[in-house]
Amino acid sequence: MSEINPETMSIFSPALAKRFDALVEMYPVKRSALIPMLLYAQDEAGYLSDAVVAEVARRIGITELEVRNVATYYSMLRFRPAGKFNIQVCTNISCMLRGAYEVYERFQEELSVGPKGVTPDGLFSVEEVECIGACCWAPAIQVNYDFHDDLKPDLVPGILSDYRGRAKGKANDA
Amino acid sequence: MPRLVSHPDEVKIISRRFGMGATNIDRYLELGGYQAVKKCLSQGPEWIIEEMKASGLRGRGGAGFSAGMKWSFVPRQSAKLKYILVNGDESEPGTCKDHLIFLHDPHAVIEGTIIAGLAVGARMGFIYLRGEYRYLLEIVERAVADAYDRGFLGKNIFGSGMEFQIITQTGAGAYEVGEESALMESLEGKRGVPRIKPPFPAVVGLYGGPTVINNAETIATVPSVITMGAQAYAALGTPRNGGTRLFCLSGHVERPGVYELPMGYNLKKMIYDVAGGIRGGRKLKAVVPGGSSTPVLLPEEIDIGMDFDQVGKAGSMLGSGGVVVIDDQTCIVEFALRTISFYAHESCGWCIPCREGTDWLKKSLTRFHAGFGTEADIDNMQYLAENMLGRTFCPLGDAAAMPTIAFVKKFRKEFEDHLNGKPCPFAREGVPQLTVV
Repeated sequence: MSEINPETMSIFSPALAKRFDALVEMYPVKRSALIPMLLYAQDEAGYLSDAVVAEVARRIGITELEVRNVATYYSMLRFRPAGKFNIQVCTNISCMLRGAYEVYERFQEELSVGPKGVTPDGLFSVEEVECIGACCWAPAIQVNYDFHDDLKPDLVPGILSDYRGRAKGKANDA
Repeated sequence: MPRLVSHPDEVKIISRRFGMGATNIDRYLELGGYQAVKKCLSQGPEWIIEEMKASGLRGRGGAGFSAGMKWSFVPRQSAKLKYILVNGDESEPGTCKDHLIFLHDPHAVIEGTIIAGLAVGARMGFIYLRGEYRYLLEIVERAVADAYDRGFLGKNIFGSGMEFQIITQTGAGAYEVGEESALMESLEGKRGVPRIKPPFPAVVGLYGGPTVINNAETIATVPSVITMGAQAYAALGTPRNGGTRLFCLSGHVERPGVYELPMGYNLKKMIYDVAGGIRGGRKLKAVVPGGSSTPVLLPEEIDIGMDFDQVGKAGSMLGSGGVVVIDDQTCIVEFALRTISFYAHESCGWCIPCREGTDWLKKSLTRFHAGFGTEADIDNMQYLAENMLGRTFCPLGDAAAMPTIAFVKKFRKEFEDHLNGKPCPFAREGVPQLTVV
């Protein structure tokens, strides 16, 4: 993944490299592209590896240190891999009142991982997150960017097998 | 897809296109969309600002500042470019209204942004969504692209010869970025730390230019104000609190959901009638009326109208419209701990009273909840919180301090029940209890 493609001079896929070319030109100031760029890079690469940080710094025209200074501020950005499906359980007040901790526990039990743990097959990771803006449909979680509302611990196994199926389906397609 | 709810008492202004397919630009036009901006183009900036002032529309992000006044502070002449900034970084716990606006009616946000641009003479607007709202960002991006295709955005909007551009932007997970100056920092590609004020954004904002920053709900309301007329809009609410707003009822109610109700609607009625009362026939213990940063209200304090002034008089704040209802089986110490843990996590660390204060409060509450608090801790927490108030660049320190003071004052007895190693009276399975060895 961190190999440089000689055509695009980028470690990212041609589509993402092209998107980044446009992104830095879009704003009155180049640096405004930094945070979206980091997030989109992470979506593709899984995390902000040294190679990702280096290329983003080069594209924006700032130092790697400046990129890290900004990236460490934002809680969605990470410097080590998460699972292919990162399960983010909101436990903030509205979710907590409707049983979020029970849901959180159940995910950890089913997957035999602790907070921020990744399953050995790399498929899932579980973390507790702050309010995700789904308070009226609590308890809610996000799996990567997908919301799941009105959860109960009993719904957890079904959600996991659904994502396992998706991973398998994709493997078969390839 | 988040479930939509309805109640006969609702007055649907902002939510009238919810569930009607208005993400499609043709459907939005069919439903009366982009008429308001045309009216504004013919009436001119002074008229728009006067309408906004007369409408009584106050900022829906939480501060409740008059939108028309805010717009009027932007200097007419400026050497630097002016900007409109739409704050869709919705992160206040208990609040999920912008979620529905972006999901169901993104063109209302776009139209409101253009109108704000016309009013203050800006040619560029940004719609900033929190990073977690990726699927909503994609909906908004699609809507913006459609608006460009129709010539509603671009170099010559609606054939008027005027220019207006919109750029969408994603955050990457930070509550603090919801604060206006921190949002500008974030948009400039920096850590989301607040700027000192003055100068206010209306004078020196994004990229140093005069900037209007409004909450997404405020902006989405603008086209309706223009279409129905300021007087008619204002008349829906109470004096100095024009119109309606989206109230997010969550927690222990039978029918949680986002309901659009007139400003000044009775809180008790909202909980017992609109949201169907307390879940499972339990009793009400407390209500957080406007997002987790607002001081908690007791059951005997909720017979009030939900507008900025009346909730203020009751010792709390209308805030972001997130009404969190708490039943009598809930441990207030645990609730306070979860509230403060959030602020400790989200404090950007720029101002010491907030950075240290939130962490200290979290530690005290954690120990308390584990049954190892001391009598002195109760007063210390209050003393600490009182000393955070007003001593930080941005209101995050206050947002942590205000609810703490209220929890301790109003539920002192419950804090005392946790003293001397007594287990939490509300302990239940599945809830991690810290044990101190």
